[in-house]
Amino acid sequence: MSDLKELYQEVIIDHSRKPRNFKTLGAGSRSAEGFNPLCGDKVTIYIDVVEGQIVDLSFQGSGCAISMASASLMTDALKGKSIEHAHVIFDQFHQLVTGAQSETSHEASRDKILGKLTALGGVSEFPMRVKCATLAWHTLRNALGNDQSTAVTE
Amino acid sequence: MSFNVHAVRENFPILSMKVHDHPLIYLDNAATTQKPRSVIESLGTYYSAHNANIHRGVHELSQKATAAHEEARAKVCRFIGAASEREIIFVRGTTEAINLVAQSYGRNNIGPDDEIIISEMEHHSNIVPWQILCEQTRAHLRVIPVTDSGELKIDEYKRLLGKRTKLVAITHVSNALGTINPIEEIISAAHAQGVPVLIDGAQAVAHLKVDVRALDCDFYAFSGHKLFGPTGIGVLYGKESFLKQMPPYQSGGDMIRSVSFSGTTYNELPFKFEAGTPDIAGAIGLGAAIDFIEGVGLEAIGKYEQELLNAATEKLSRVNGLTILGTATHKAAVVSFVIKGIHPHDIGTILDRHGIAIRTGHHCAQPLMERLGVPATARASFAFYNTAEEVDVLVDGLAKAQEVFGYE
Repeated sequence: MSDLKELYQEVIIDHSRKPRNFKTLGAGSRSAEGFNPLCGDKVTIYIDVVEGQIVDLSFQGSGCAISMASASLMTDALKGKSIEHAHVIFDQFHQLVTGAQSETSHEASRDKILGKLTALGGVSEFPMRVKCATLAWHTLRNALGNDQSTAVTE
Repeated sequence: MSFNVHAVRENFPILSMKVHDHPLIYLDNAATTQKPRSVIESLGTYYSAHNANIHRGVHELSQKATAAHEEARAKVCRFIGAASEREIIFVRGTTEAINLVAQSYGRNNIGPDDEIIISEMEHHSNIVPWQILCEQTRAHLRVIPVTDSGELKIDEYKRLLGKRTKLVAITHVSNALGTINPIEEIISAAHAQGVPVLIDGAQAVAHLKVDVRALDCDFYAFSGHKLFGPTGIGVLYGKESFLKQMPPYQSGGDMIRSVSFSGTTYNELPFKFEAGTPDIAGAIGLGAAIDFIEGVGLEAIGKYEQELLNAATEKLSRVNGLTILGTATHKAAVVSFVIKGIHPHDIGTILDRHGIAIRTGHHCAQPLMERLGVPATARASFAFYNTAEEVDVLVDGLAKAQEVFGYE
């Protein structure tokens, strides 16, 4: 039961029920779509990049609490960051949710990089749900790379 | 209840295990069923006392293995009421059975602008093989729509049946909703136009008495693992008149009579469709499963499961914010549902932590999900070893899920 509490922390429930930055962005923004064929989670990421900086970031879609909260928290966390920094956060986040041990960073410094995103740490105890937590992130990576294919996590 | 479910449960070792410190409550029987001890032991006995290749050895073990394999075929034949063992083809499962018919029968009897009728509630395995066949032959798929309650629109079906219809392929029982389709009516309407019918029986054989001759279906496909048997073994029943004129699906050993570089002649039925060394142990395990089911009795099983379905439907309907999808008059013991504000996957994860195994997702029936307007559902599917108490634990588990999400 305790790992359920760890997974469904208040911040996760809150972001899943009231997702932040849940909108489209205007013309000129890039977007990419993500789809989890196993559970039907769908997400579209919209991003405005100016000179290597993520000026604005939003999403739309539907899915489980984990995928929606992860997308919502991601948009909050990456807005205003440089693309370079976003990739660093992505890598740290991926390690967090997959429970991977990092050689290059200590847990404390990882938590510092991730901030509120650490709320998704409980996912590492639920291997079947990692794909839910990472869907928005893979989609973002496609949007940044101007990759028109649909991001798929399975 | 006169049905002694506790005695039945004793036969299933896995049902006494714990999951996340809770007694396992297994409600994912539409995905696969658990195996009775007799099935598990039949595999061990085969490998420790009879293992040999079949249909070719003169030695003792080969004869024993061949006899056991063919005895399993005879059991399947009796179990579904086929006219002859020549009509029982062992395959890997329902999916392979349908692919066999699509590629062997379909490619030789269906051509440009011909039509194949399926329905909106089919499992992907009874959609995609026909789509591929349509691409190969330039035939067209026609789809019977379903009602809001999850029943086939039979009037629409009869309108779709026409001169161009060359095959009807329909599920006996919907895996996602539990709807039992009126296949007798579907088959007789098709036959009135001279159209053969394939029935996907994957969800039916463990729950209903199936008699292929009474149904008069031309093909009937099912999987062993949904029938308390092993994975990797399944059955295609086909009327001999069809199977005889169909070319082999796969080729190699066992399906030939003689091979030379000037030409090859094929083996007789059913071996013509069984290329290569088959899943001998799997077939024997399936035979053991049929023995077990016949020991309990399908009539008693059906009656008991209907009681479980009624209890589950009634109790789940009372859960706040819960909607049951699939409310057909005739249903197998499957309850698909959604709960307001909680995604099915989150329900599945929370129930799992309480030892309850259900299926969440699209159930390999994406067109049906689209029709119902949901991306996914939570599905509790029952077997005759489930109990009324387990339904209560499921309902409690859903209350806990609502607690986690701040709903009362």
